[in-house]
Amino acid sequence: MSTTAVPTDISTIPTKRPFKFGRWFTETGWRHIVGVVMVIFSLFPIIFVISSSLNPNGTLTGSNALFSTIGLDSYLRILNDPQVPFMQWFGNTLLVAGITSVATVFLGALAAYAFSRMRFQGRRVGLMSIVIVQMFPQILAVVAIFLLMSTLGEWFPAIGLNTHAGLILVYLGGALGVNTYLMYGFFNTVPKDIDEAAKIDGASHARIFFTIILRLVAPILAVVALLSFIATVNEFVVASVILTDKEAQTLAVGLTQLVSNPRYADWSAFSAGAVMAALPVVALFLFLQKYIVGGLTAGAVK
Amino acid sequence: MTTEAPVEPPVRRTKQQRRAAHIAEHASGSMWAVVAKLALLGIVDAIAVYALIVLIGYQQWGVATLVAAVTILVNWIYFSRGKLPAKYLVPGVIFLLIFQVFVLGYTGYIAFTNQGTGHSLNKDQAISSLMATSLERVEDSATYDVTVVESGAGELGLLVTDPDGDVWVGTNETGLEEVSGATMENGKAVAVDGWTSLKFGDVVNRSDELEALSIPLSDDPNDGALRSPDGSKGYLYTSTLTYDPVADTMTNADGIVFADNGTGSFTADDGSVLVPGWTVGVGFDNFIRAVTDQRLAQPLMYVTAWTFAFAILSVATTFFLGLFLAIVFNDMRMKGRKIYRSLMILPYAVPSFLSALVWAGMMNQSFGFINEVLFGGADIPWLTDPWLAKVSILIVNLWLGFPYMFLVCMGALQSIPEDALEAAKMDGAKPWAIFRLIKLPLLLVSVAPLLIASFAFNFNNFNVIYMLTNGGPRDTAAPIPVGFTDILISMVYKVAFTGQTRDYGLASAYSILIFVIVAVISIIAFRRTKSLEELN
Repeated sequence: MSTTAVPTDISTIPTKRPFKFGRWFTETGWRHIVGVVMVIFSLFPIIFVISSSLNPNGTLTGSNALFSTIGLDSYLRILNDPQVPFMQWFGNTLLVAGITSVATVFLGALAAYAFSRMRFQGRRVGLMSIVIVQMFPQILAVVAIFLLMSTLGEWFPAIGLNTHAGLILVYLGGALGVNTYLMYGFFNTVPKDIDEAAKIDGASHARIFFTIILRLVAPILAVVALLSFIATVNEFVVASVILTDKEAQTLAVGLTQLVSNPRYADWSAFSAGAVMAALPVVALFLFLQKYIVGGLTAGAVK
Repeated sequence: MTTEAPVEPPVRRTKQQRRAAHIAEHASGSMWAVVAKLALLGIVDAIAVYALIVLIGYQQWGVATLVAAVTILVNWIYFSRGKLPAKYLVPGVIFLLIFQVFVLGYTGYIAFTNQGTGHSLNKDQAISSLMATSLERVEDSATYDVTVVESGAGELGLLVTDPDGDVWVGTNETGLEEVSGATMENGKAVAVDGWTSLKFGDVVNRSDELEALSIPLSDDPNDGALRSPDGSKGYLYTSTLTYDPVADTMTNADGIVFADNGTGSFTADDGSVLVPGWTVGVGFDNFIRAVTDQRLAQPLMYVTAWTFAFAILSVATTFFLGLFLAIVFNDMRMKGRKIYRSLMILPYAVPSFLSALVWAGMMNQSFGFINEVLFGGADIPWLTDPWLAKVSILIVNLWLGFPYMFLVCMGALQSIPEDALEAAKMDGAKPWAIFRLIKLPLLLVSVAPLLIASFAFNFNNFNVIYMLTNGGPRDTAAPIPVGFTDILISMVYKVAFTGQTRDYGLASAYSILIFVIVAVISIIAFRRTKSLEELN
């Protein structure tokens, strides 16, 4: 960074210096040591779980010899075990997390558009109360949510306990909040002249929102969708309280109960399940990595 | 979507013509939007009407009124011109009000009741439940001919012919009502309008439901109920308990009197209690119990202390490791920075409940990878010693959290203006001084809100605790299922949903205490960072 200074005197131009290990080490070499240590720390649980998932017949102890045996038996085992409806959990998770994240983005974007583009009474208060209400996570009210859903279920079985629709509705209670706030900031960066121009051309507000704004803010929509997807996949408390039937559960609830005692559990089968469960999320993450890093750092710099 | 191309040169048109053209264009251009809007509102209204019918069926007048009011409000907002902000805010706000604001208030209400195992019904339900569970057949009582019938809603009932030849029909809900015009066969009513008679095979298939049929003779539970064990003969059953509505007492077969003394169950003088009881308000009892009952106050103390320690240490460790790595890898001369970065943020990409479960396996005392391989067969109680379990949790949370802080700090470092650093260097500042006096303060300004958010997140970071140690090791001295690594939120969950008895009232009281703590912290934090001032 300091080499950008323009040399004024010809004699100060450095000739290519001979490679010296000592200097290389104090400047950048030690950084590689830190890097290698951190990469090992980051990767070893991941390598461990991949290794034990490939172990055909592994208990927890048997998984300690990394990659000693390799086979796909444990994958078949968890997919075919009638006691463990893994594919159903997988489907439930994708369904609940998918619908929740899309609906969250939609509801959040509607609100963010209103806050960003319209001036109305109670706007400031509205923005502030959304931030404050979100300070109290839903899991604090989990008892009330449980009792509410069991009462609702008596009247409307379709959205009561043990239904995915009910769980999604509960999750949508959190649609406004941090997400809206994130989107609101991004909406503000889209110049207002664009909507003004469209308005003059006779476009209605709905048309401006759906065909112009939503396209321009696509990156933040992707980030919020992903964050909400991951959060929903990870959500345990509300899901475990609402989904009590084994068949209806999500991966977080099902897999946790599967290894509630890792000593006796079929550890390889669990690992296989964990690898398969993590794959879509990791893939999405890597695919959208650019946006996520951008979103996080934008949040940090703001 | 496009209409007549409006490019012709401005011809002179009358005012009416122009207005007509304008309306026509507007209407044709937003045709689809209008159709979609009407369709959506139609669906919403249809659902609302269905909900109203169901709610009125259950005689839930209050909820029905609320649903009707909200539906009218929604229709009014979307059909009126203007109200633009409301049109965009209403969908999200409705969910927010029901599943955030309402449940918050409802938690407050539950905290002042004794709801939980044995106290989940209202008083009338509790009385009928008590009477129903102690039913005994009245010896030498009359025998009734019955036919099992099904109502339009699929509910089972009995069609009863009494010894006098009168015909009655009823379900558990409605009780017996006299009917006329039934089809008779050998002096036994076999069918009646509005009900479907069940064949013998169907009765056998639904024997569980038949078992549960116990049709009250009248509104007075002491009159007993009619039951039919086999689906063809019915007998009178009365309870061994007698309810006296005037004195509000229950008397059992031995003559012991159980009175309602305001604690939500019928209690005898010797302290014995009839189960189930019902829900009553208990005032501040749950709160008082939580902080004064020695066996509850002590867990609450150390759980609160650990919650704070956990949240603060989690933020501190992840932030400093992330910052350190960001500085280390912020050197342009270093090769392969991108590879290191991609590999190091992988823990952030794996769903945390899975990583925590995997770590729990690796930290297992006798079989885990860490003891067996890394420590050569050592016997370190990573998750079962009260102190070591706390250390383990912090290590795992560091693993989960440092990539986030690393990314954030990388971004923040790059946004620090280069010239400020150059100027300091010119003035002869040493690298450590530059970092401490310039970089760190500038960095903290931009990162502070995220650190507060991270604190708030970890304060209620249920997953790591629950998946890794399940709050354990268990504190056997406490009457509630609490352990030495439980944080407040996992304690709430355990009190409410695990263990022999569920205590919703106490759990909600704990929730309210957490609300208060979180609220105070957020107010202080916001005052200090003033980040809300940026709202414009």
